[in-house]
Amino acid sequence: MNYTKTELMICVASRLMEDYSTCFIGTGIPMLAAALAQKLHAPNLIPIFEFGGIGAILEKLPRAVGEGRTFYKALCATGICDIMETAQRGFIDYGFLGGAQIDPYGNLNTTCIGEHKKPKVRLPGSGGGNDVGSLCWRTIIIMKHEKKRFLPKVDFITTPGYLTGPGAREEAGLPEGTGPYRVVTDLAVLDFDEKTKRMRILSIHPGVKLEEVIENTGFELILPEKIEETEEPKEEELKILREEVDKEGYYIK
Amino acid sequence: MKIILEGKGELFQKPDIEGFRKFVKEKKNRGFFKKLMSEKEAVEKFVNDGDYIGFELYGTVRAPMSIVREIVRQGKKNLRVAGQGLMDVDFLLAADLVETLDITYVGYEVLGISPVLRRACESGRVKVTEWSNAGITWRFKAASIGVPFIPVRSMLGSDTFNFSAAKVAICPFTGMKVCLLPALILDVGVIHVHKADVYGNAIIEGISGFAFEMARASKRLIISAEEIVPNEEIRKYPERVTIPYFLVDAVVHAPFGSHPGEMVYLYERDEEHLKEMLKKFETPEGTKEYLEEWIYSCKNHEEYLEKVGTKKLLKLMKEKMGR
Repeated sequence: MNYTKTELMICVASRLMEDYSTCFIGTGIPMLAAALAQKLHAPNLIPIFEFGGIGAILEKLPRAVGEGRTFYKALCATGICDIMETAQRGFIDYGFLGGAQIDPYGNLNTTCIGEHKKPKVRLPGSGGGNDVGSLCWRTIIIMKHEKKRFLPKVDFITTPGYLTGPGAREEAGLPEGTGPYRVVTDLAVLDFDEKTKRMRILSIHPGVKLEEVIENTGFELILPEKIEETEEPKEEELKILREEVDKEGYYIK
Repeated sequence: MKIILEGKGELFQKPDIEGFRKFVKEKKNRGFFKKLMSEKEAVEKFVNDGDYIGFELYGTVRAPMSIVREIVRQGKKNLRVAGQGLMDVDFLLAADLVETLDITYVGYEVLGISPVLRRACESGRVKVTEWSNAGITWRFKAASIGVPFIPVRSMLGSDTFNFSAAKVAICPFTGMKVCLLPALILDVGVIHVHKADVYGNAIIEGISGFAFEMARASKRLIISAEEIVPNEEIRKYPERVTIPYFLVDAVVHAPFGSHPGEMVYLYERDEEHLKEMLKKFETPEGTKEYLEEWIYSCKNHEEYLEKVGTKKLLKLMKEKMGR
């Protein structure tokens, strides 16, 4: 294996970004994935950053969602209302999110561990996370696969996944036909069962055993009849990722 | 309109839209006069104890830090804060000047979680109501367009809603469930811009974040600017003006005003300073030391910049991103 888990996650996320699609990009791996996609299979990808950058050329990797690199040679430098309203009227195809905790329905917590009033750990809060998870058509979640993060119930639903199951999003008033689409972890790629809206294994990364995925998940995963192996990063992907995308070494070293 | 759900978070600022109209009619001076003043004067005149205050910035970008430092220096207390920010909220929390916080996000992205925020929340010292980024910005938008609330489709079904002061209602036109956000009217707003004239006409380069909305949602507005330009330059490019003079109460000339944050096209953020600051913030003692060293012991922004030093400032200018 000549790549790291992070590099694999970036490549997997990148492949999910289609050419000519609008992608709401958050800090970290989504930025690398978008830059990689732009240089490979999706030259017309439209990266959208929450504070106003639309259609930047990601020659230099942004380190924050509001910094200059999020609108470098961009098509439009607007503001947060315009971006969020664009998502609300249905124009943003994919939204990328991370979290400290996730449950079987893809509900995410980035607000607090423990009770809200006097939390054990105060986390940064929703930021644009709740809006991305509410308003984009498909949400892709990227996070580390650990038992303490993959829980039967999250301490706080910062960002709605499928809430309590089928129909719950629509019942709450969220836009129809939206919700979590994939979960990309350092062990596997997961999706959501159409009937139950619960998390299901889609593919397992090369060298990872099924038991390992199950052991690191705090709830029961749906297992399909046949579990695929995640496609390894290609030579070309790794080369561009290392030599062009993160040449300053902010994220991958 | 039928209300079917209510967030249990406390509403720290009532959407008194009639009061806002009256304020705008009676107190907002239409006169075209010079408002240029120091940070000290601006904060003395326009920030009061107990005010509901907001700062416009995103992460470390275009942060009105020279004004924030002056507020800390003057110890304006019992502030109620719109926490769509970072170092602004952190510095005020560090100096124990915050009573309540409407929070959406306080974190340093790649540099991690804020230890100051953690201590303030985990001790239960500061009362917190949750919102999403769009949520708090749309609250400014409601105030800026002069209505008491705005219906949106975010925050629904989540604990972000449950711990907010929003409500869910049935839309009278469609029967859909919508989230109603109360207008957020600021007693005082603070925005850092690239250029302004002495009257307050202000130009922002690059993305505009939520400056447009916040400027129009503020009863009193302090603008700090990297550069003070002649009024002729404003009149030559009026389409570039995000904030016209009549919204503005004070104009402060603050070169490197965003330090240790950045200003797009002018200078990069001071990564070294930020890392050292965050290290200090890990303990209450370190936090005190930082405030002492970088705020209380500097008389004003000029002294602060002298302390940062020309060498460092030039380096940050050199690192700036081109177009």
